[in-house]
Amino acid sequence: MNIHNTISPSDARALEIAREMKAMEGPLLPILHAIQEEFGHVPQSALPLIARELNLSRAEVHGVMTFYHDFRAEPAGRHVLKLCRAEACQSVGGAALAEDLKRALGIDWHGTTADGNVTLEPVYCLGLCSCAPAAMLGDELIGRATVSGIQDAIKEAGR
Amino acid sequence: MTVKIYVPRDSAAVALGANHVAKALQYAIASEGYDAVIVRNGSRGMHWLEPLVEVETAHGRIAYGPVRANDVEALIETGLLEGKAGHPLCLGPTEEIPYLKNQTRLTFARCGVIDPLSLEDYEAHGGLKGLRAALSLHAADIVKEVTDSGLRGRGGAGFPTGIKWNTVLHARADQKYIVCNADEGDSATFADRMIMEGDPFVLIEGMAIAGLATGSTKGYIFIRSEYPLAIEVMNAAIGIARKAGVLGASILGSHHHFDMEVRVGAGAYVCGEETSLLNALEGKRGIVRAKPPLPALEGLFGRPTVVNNVISLASVPIIMDEGAEYYRDFGMGRSRGTIPIQIAGNVRFPGLYETAFGLSLGEIVNEIGGGTASGRPLKAVQVGGPLGAYFPPALFDTPFDYEAFAAKDGLIGHAGITVFDDTADMLHMARFAFEFCAVESCGKCTPCRIGSTRGVEVIDRIAAGIEPEKNLALAEDLCNTMKFGSLCALGGFTPYPVSSAMKHFAEDFDGRGKLEAAE
Repeated sequence: MNIHNTISPSDARALEIAREMKAMEGPLLPILHAIQEEFGHVPQSALPLIARELNLSRAEVHGVMTFYHDFRAEPAGRHVLKLCRAEACQSVGGAALAEDLKRALGIDWHGTTADGNVTLEPVYCLGLCSCAPAAMLGDELIGRATVSGIQDAIKEAGR
Repeated sequence: MTVKIYVPRDSAAVALGANHVAKALQYAIASEGYDAVIVRNGSRGMHWLEPLVEVETAHGRIAYGPVRANDVEALIETGLLEGKAGHPLCLGPTEEIPYLKNQTRLTFARCGVIDPLSLEDYEAHGGLKGLRAALSLHAADIVKEVTDSGLRGRGGAGFPTGIKWNTVLHARADQKYIVCNADEGDSATFADRMIMEGDPFVLIEGMAIAGLATGSTKGYIFIRSEYPLAIEVMNAAIGIARKAGVLGASILGSHHHFDMEVRVGAGAYVCGEETSLLNALEGKRGIVRAKPPLPALEGLFGRPTVVNNVISLASVPIIMDEGAEYYRDFGMGRSRGTIPIQIAGNVRFPGLYETAFGLSLGEIVNEIGGGTASGRPLKAVQVGGPLGAYFPPALFDTPFDYEAFAAKDGLIGHAGITVFDDTADMLHMARFAFEFCAVESCGKCTPCRIGSTRGVEVIDRIAAGIEPEKNLALAEDLCNTMKFGSLCALGGFTPYPVSSAMKHFAEDFDGRGKLEAAE
């Protein structure tokens, strides 16, 4: 049986990524990052293929993928908005900002807006503690964040 | 002559609009045909003034800030390109701004000054002198120099760097590693990020010296994924260094080999713990390992490994260049050299302030930081990130020194300070410390995994006024168990913020919820 005939194109691509990177020392995290970079999430059907390629058990790969907050099993909204919950941001109203923002977007932590545009994730420090509260929309950094400032950034990022 | 205009590309500056300012300047230069060029430097560390634009003149650099994109036109009209002081945003010569002038910048000497990705700029400002000095020495003599400097791990643990290196030097193995811990997850810390974005070659140089000193030929920088810009700059700098022969088979033409690469974290705070970080690098779950064996003997892939913080490694080049004595002469007690203090949170002048150890906490917070940004009374400062203690103003005479902070049941950690005004609820902050520990616990040891969740519940009962005295005693007991029973600093140090909040701010734990609970 030819296994390549039975897997989806995305799994085939994930497998290709794993093959390209497996010569690295400790390749699993870079592979998962690369797959998530390409698909926006790590397709769960790819995990057994990665496991076989790296000579690991499926449980080990699943364990790694689920241990780290960054890796997501399901696609996120078009934009991922990370809002810092850590102490320095709290000292300048970060908790109230989070509540206001959740209300404005109509979602809770880890939720995605009904139109599929924005996924809200908590983050513990973006290293922008000197211009808190801080947020990151995709790769765009936002210092002294406000609800309206974040909403402007979302608008600018487009749909 | 072409005018050089500096607009930082540091993340904090970018978060405050530096890219828009650079774009507006670029547009003005192009449309008016000015003979000027924009350099994207690191940050000088005065973050309330970011984006801080500087112009090079015959009399040194002149600063303007905080600049917004729509200030650019007026700034140019009033003589920005000539460094004139015609605009209210003009701050005069950068080096004369007291916040910067009063610092002792050793590790951060070039940060914000040079073009981060120009190796020529780096060398023109004293770069690579430490590496050249190291190449002329035997490995053991490099280790001795670092040991004699008194440098201690700047990541938080404060372990003498030279002693760690010595263990790796004398370990026998076919392969040894230098691992740079750039998983800077503590709130109020951004020194690692700033040096990686503002002076990446100093970290590369420090790691190469560590390689020479210990016989390691391969280095990894483990950078957290929350720092996309630092990752980009470090990757670019490594490529440039490799091309120039600073890294590779023959370091600066010598017979020594050293190369390195960046690895990106995946959003797990616990990976800032060195053994958890090693597991992540190996492609495993970031579970903490029991020690011994020490990573210096059995580290990455079981090989002898130096694991050092970014700032520790970035401080090595100046030590090798100027000598151990020069560095050791700064500081107090057993805390030698300088420390980049990061002042953040509700504070008027937030930023990075590098100075010798020994300033009092009060001087740092009130005189340098200028007190609260809100103008309200200052209530507490947390020193050392989410695992650091909360200090009330009554303890502001504590000198910034590893031992002095330990004596007050606190820690310096990675030298981040978060300032809180009187609106802060310390019961809430204690609860948050437990909650954070519960979210980030790797799950290997019971005190941390279970204790953190039980801690949240106990604090909630105190808040609700349910047997507050009994539950306060229980919280204290839980803190003790976590402190002495946890495998690493995450569970072991979470009691610091909790206990200090309960001790110094007892009024916030008086069971205010009593009435609601009784109804």
